[in-house]
Amino acid sequence: MRAGLLLLLLASPAVAAPPPGASSCSGCHGAPGGAVPSLSGHSAEDIAASLAAFRTGARPATVMNRIAKGFSEEESRAIAVWLAGGGP
Amino acid sequence: MTGIGRRTMLAGLAAAGLPRPALAQGARGRVVVVGGGFGGATAARVLHRAGLAVTLVEPAETYWACPFSNEVIAGLRPMAAQAFGYEALRASGVTVARTSAEAVDGAERRVRLADGSTLDYDRLILSPGIALRFDALPGYDAAAAEAMPHAWKAGAQTELLARQLAAMPEGGTVVLSVPGNPYRCPPGPYERASLIAYYLKTRKPRAKLIVLDAKDTFSKQKLFQQAWTTLYPDVLDYVPLAAGGQVTAVDPGAMTVATDFSTVKADVACIIPPQRAAPIAAAAGVADRSGWCPIDPVTFESRLVPRIHVIGDAAIAGAMPKSAFAANAQGKVCADAVIDLLAERAPVAPKLVNTCYSLVAPGYGISVAGVYHPDKGVLADVEGAGGTSPLDAPDAVRRQEAAYAEDWYRTITRAVFG
Repeated sequence: MRAGLLLLLLASPAVAAPPPGASSCSGCHGAPGGAVPSLSGHSAEDIAASLAAFRTGARPATVMNRIAKGFSEEESRAIAVWLAGGGP
Repeated sequence: MTGIGRRTMLAGLAAAGLPRPALAQGARGRVVVVGGGFGGATAARVLHRAGLAVTLVEPAETYWACPFSNEVIAGLRPMAAQAFGYEALRASGVTVARTSAEAVDGAERRVRLADGSTLDYDRLILSPGIALRFDALPGYDAAAAEAMPHAWKAGAQTELLARQLAAMPEGGTVVLSVPGNPYRCPPGPYERASLIAYYLKTRKPRAKLIVLDAKDTFSKQKLFQQAWTTLYPDVLDYVPLAAGGQVTAVDPGAMTVATDFSTVKADVACIIPPQRAAPIAAAAGVADRSGWCPIDPVTFESRLVPRIHVIGDAAIAGAMPKSAFAANAQGKVCADAVIDLLAERAPVAPKLVNTCYSLVAPGYGISVAGVYHPDKGVLADVEGAGGTSPLDAPDAVRRQEAAYAEDWYRTITRAVFG
């Protein structure tokens, strides 16, 4: 039964419920190669650390500092884990 | 399959770096999405990806994007850069019905289409955009818009205004009329003013632009006005409400624009009229007396008719502006909520982001951002977050924001239509 279910799951499109705020990120962050950095290939730890640094202002930014302030550390971590897992 | 078993399986898949299962598991039902813009096309894509049967109703074969269309008007960008089709959405498996929705029976849960057929739904998402009100400004109707373009829905109107500007005599006068709130793209009229001023300064330096505004405050105001003082002091004349800026009537035959205090003769007049949600919203009974659609801030479900959700410019989304970015973000959140509701799960309170870039000149970008959450029944600003670009930023930051604007457009249009 497990193997059968695994096949069924793999045949389904990859979708996981995004935590609050996470689905907005792909409004700007897309494939690598553009002016806006891509989020693909980054670990959850990296993304969470970046969000924390944007939130405190430790990392300079144009707009991410303004956006990161809208999320708690816990929310940021959940977003980071979701994005690192492949996002949408 | 027990819950524990499913969780174990999910953990195993995640550890193996394998794709995660469709969340729609348990979500069954037919979803109809009306409107193939930044909101509707996004929602349809998310719903389809989750394994739900979804039909996107959109009469146009080509979608003309509004963001960056001000650059087309100023001759900085080809119109072709605004055109998107639905081939990729179809190819991904979304059913696109190329017709328009004419009526909705909320009790029977049925949409009537222009071709006479009907679509039954369990959940309906309306993302119909705006209608220009041709009953709100004396003298300004659909025929007047052929002489005095609004260019507030991209397409033929955008090209008309671009042609008029190009054909305008040296030393001509351009008048831009800006409506009161709410309307599509709050900073859009001021970006348009900036880029028309740039066009005049570089191509017709003796010409003038008069901006007549029905209000005194607007989005990114300090940033725009700082740039205007620096870049366009001899070109752009901004007249706010308090100085008599509200346009009270237009005469497309005489090419005049009237306020309570004066009548201006224009060589080119761009009149952005007041707006409301597109007609299907009223037909479905989801628009209130304001002409816009009140919604629940968690699910975007209409406050007036159950099982109909409204996203994008047509919705009353509290502090969220009517923007392409917002519509795209709402499309994703609304689709996730619909998946939950169809699976009889309670949707989690969302957070949404908006970022809007404006160009005040080529290579000179400014932005406003916000983070929003449901609070006391409306989408409210998350306090302490958001805001505009700094007033004292160096040129390098303005250049970077202009590059980000361009890249945002590339990314979002690829995500929605690509």
